[in-house]
Amino acid sequence: MAEKVSVSEVADAMYKMIKDTMGIKKWKATDLQKASIELFGADRCDKQICKDAIKELINSGRAVYTYFGGSYIEIPHDEGAKNI
Amino acid sequence: MADQKYETPLLDQLESGEWPSFVKEIKMAAETNQMANSLLGLLEQSYEERKGHWKHGGIVGVMGYGGGVIGRYTDLPEKYPDISHFHTMRVNQPAGWFYTAEALKQICDVWDRYGSGLTNMHGSTGDIILLGTRTENLEPAFNELTKLGFDLGGSGSAVRTPSCCCGMARCEWACYDTMALTYYITMRYQDELHRPAFPYKMKFKMSGCPNDCVASIARADISIIGTWRDEIQINQEEVRNYANNGVDIYKEIVLNCPGKCIEWNGNELKIDDSSCRHCMHCINVMPKALAPGKDRGATILVGSKAPIIEGALLSSVLVPFIKIEEPFDDLEIWELIDNMFDLWCEEGKNRERIGEFIQRVGLGNFIEAVGLPPMPEMIAHPRENPYIFYESFFEEEEE
Ligand code: SF4
Ligand code: SF4
Repeated sequence: MAEKVSVSEVADAMYKMIKDTMGIKKWKATDLQKASIELFGADRCDKQICKDAIKELINSGRAVYTYFGGSYIEIPHDEGAKNI
Repeated sequence: MADQKYETPLLDQLESGEWPSFVKEIKMAAETNQMANSLLGLLEQSYEERKGHWKHGGIVGVMGYGGGVIGRYTDLPEKYPDISHFHTMRVNQPAGWFYTAEALKQICDVWDRYGSGLTNMHGSTGDIILLGTRTENLEPAFNELTKLGFDLGGSGSAVRTPSCCCGMARCEWACYDTMALTYYITMRYQDELHRPAFPYKMKFKMSGCPNDCVASIARADISIIGTWRDEIQINQEEVRNYANNGVDIYKEIVLNCPGKCIEWNGNELKIDDSSCRHCMHCINVMPKALAPGKDRGATILVGSKAPIIEGALLSSVLVPFIKIEEPFDDLEIWELIDNMFDLWCEEGKNRERIGEFIQRVGLGNFIEAVGLPPMPEMIAHPRENPYIFYESFFEEEEE
């Protein structure tokens, strides 16, 4: 059986996916999960690892949840609507 | 103390009449809270111009959570600097909305310190809604609320704060302990409540009997409605008392029974329970004489929603009857619910409620994919069912 990928490895991969596509694509939790399982393979990565990776990204502040009609995961940034 | 007093002739009109007015409440708050005072000015301007002056903010929240805060800014920050931020916090209400006076005072004190002092008890999902705060006050307010034992509720594409009727706490019709189950569901789905991972919102509502006081059949993606599967309990003496005291049993009960299953001969009431639709009508009219049966549990339904993106939907039956008893961990519905979540996450479109998803793929395909056999209770009338495909029947025909 293939060795499972670590949560931080998946978190790093997710972070890169979000960063590389900033302004082009908004990622939902399920999109990140599907992309990560595809990247690492279903034998090495599963839903729970992806859930934990998202939690790690959010709890460390590297990513934040946003709401624009639906809930997304993004790199923290200033939004257009914001007032000082 | 309010620095500037706004003239509010249009808002003032809303104070006339018999009903309580939100304007009166905002004015009271404005005496001590500058945010509430500025809100009066902004609202009056909106009424004059017939135009809203709010912008929706999508990023604000508290660390680690993906919901519970609804970002809002005014588009007139120079004119109304005190409400340039006016975010809402949703706080998870206690099951059945029971509070001590002390708890309510504590919540209000927190909100006087960190927000506008204005609340909405309760929002349509059931949360305590704390209206109007600034971004920098979100974390301190959240910290104080958690110290008091409260937590934020759900928002966004997540499990929303589960809610229920007061159930066994106050109501003799409750067929299961709605408050205990609601607490259990809230704790079981903490992750799904605080970390949005669904195509769209997911609401659980628990009603103790088919009177459905929290309107779960119309407002919840998953409705758990109390019911019974034995006979309605009848106290014939009390039935006769109702009749002697002026209830026209034939007109008010027999003729209004949707199952057409009640007989009344002037002395004795008979119910053919096999045709009863469990609508509660007869029980509601004669609560001293009739009661739900003793073999109680709940029906699990899926798919209702209020009209937002598409029209309103009512729930469809998934599990006709299940006993709801502790330990709730052992209930057979969790695997089914997990299967539904997985399927909806996998195949659902962005902002598609599970009921809309079921309409798109068909209930027959949906129940097959989540591992449920078709049952007669899933349809309203025989031979009017667009969902169930009788494969074996067609196979025999083809042979
Ligand atoms: S739904 Fe039924 S059990 Fe719950 S409060 Fe209403 S009447 Fe009582
Ligand atoms: S509960 Fe409704 S359907 Fe059943 S016997 Fe009473 S009135 Fe008829």
